[in-house]
Amino acid sequence: MKVKVIVTLKNGVLDPQGKAIQQTLNGMTFDNVSEVRQGKYFDIEVNESDENKAKSQVEEMCKKLLANLVIEDYKIL
Amino acid sequence: MKSSVIIFPGSNCDRDMDVALKKFGFENQMVWHNDAEIPKSDLIVLPGGFSYGDYLRCGSIAGKSRIIKSVIDFANSGGLVLGICNGFQILTETGLLPGILQQNKYLNFICKNIFVKIKDKENKYFKKIKKEVLELHIAHNEGNYFCSKDELKSIEDNGQIAVTYCDHKGNDDEKNNPNGALKNIAGIFNKDKNILGMMPHPERMIDPFLSGEDGSLFFENLIESL
Repeated sequence: MKVKVIVTLKNGVLDPQGKAIQQTLNGMTFDNVSEVRQGKYFDIEVNESDENKAKSQVEEMCKKLLANLVIEDYKIL
Repeated sequence: MKSSVIIFPGSNCDRDMDVALKKFGFENQMVWHNDAEIPKSDLIVLPGGFSYGDYLRCGSIAGKSRIIKSVIDFANSGGLVLGICNGFQILTETGLLPGILQQNKYLNFICKNIFVKIKDKENKYFKKIKKEVLELHIAHNEGNYFCSKDELKSIEDNGQIAVTYCDHKGNDDEKNNPNGALKNIAGIFNKDKNILGMMPHPERMIDPFLSGEDGSLFFENLIESL
């Protein structure tokens, strides 16, 4: 089954890329954009039919590799 | 004294490090990331570069390499492990050093000479260096050191800050911070100070005709201290 994961920067962690995107959007006349935070999205195909098992495996993957918990949070969709 | 430099796919300062270590008397060997064991060593070096193209996060994939288990075992048994630039990023990703290196604050790749202040000499890496300020070279896109407030407190309390960015007089204030690093941190130790990660490259400063010689002081001290 396919498991989807989103990794985002924790609140308060500096995101210079998000800031640059926000400023560019503002310059493109999207004046009402006050903040952009950039993240990562993963589509993971796991050869496992049990959804709970697959998701708990992906959770392990997030903790061990996909996210660095010092600065990032993850969400399994 | 024996040293091992580990090569990952995308390492590019491995040979410079090899030249530097040999120049100052180390018997150096190059070790491939997919080897299972590190040959007997007094020092392990994780060199600079762009391991795995900086995919996912800098150093994250190299941090799961086959050889890393023996690096961790070596470090945990008190062995000296030095990570320069991408090597520093790998050390934080393995958890051997706290925190993480984020993208530079102003989104620019920085390649220039800088000064660092030595913050601690009660360790083998800086013990006999007489100077307080060294001129070294940096070349990185992700050198912006970050950790949580609690972690920062514990790093400061344990004297784990090794070097900070400063001017030639040693002023390590925000004005002399090239990349936005917390507290101008350019390098840190683990608690026992046998592991050092730093962004500046001492191996690029070992020749008075090409660059400068403050890197020589680093390697001279290292071989004497071991």
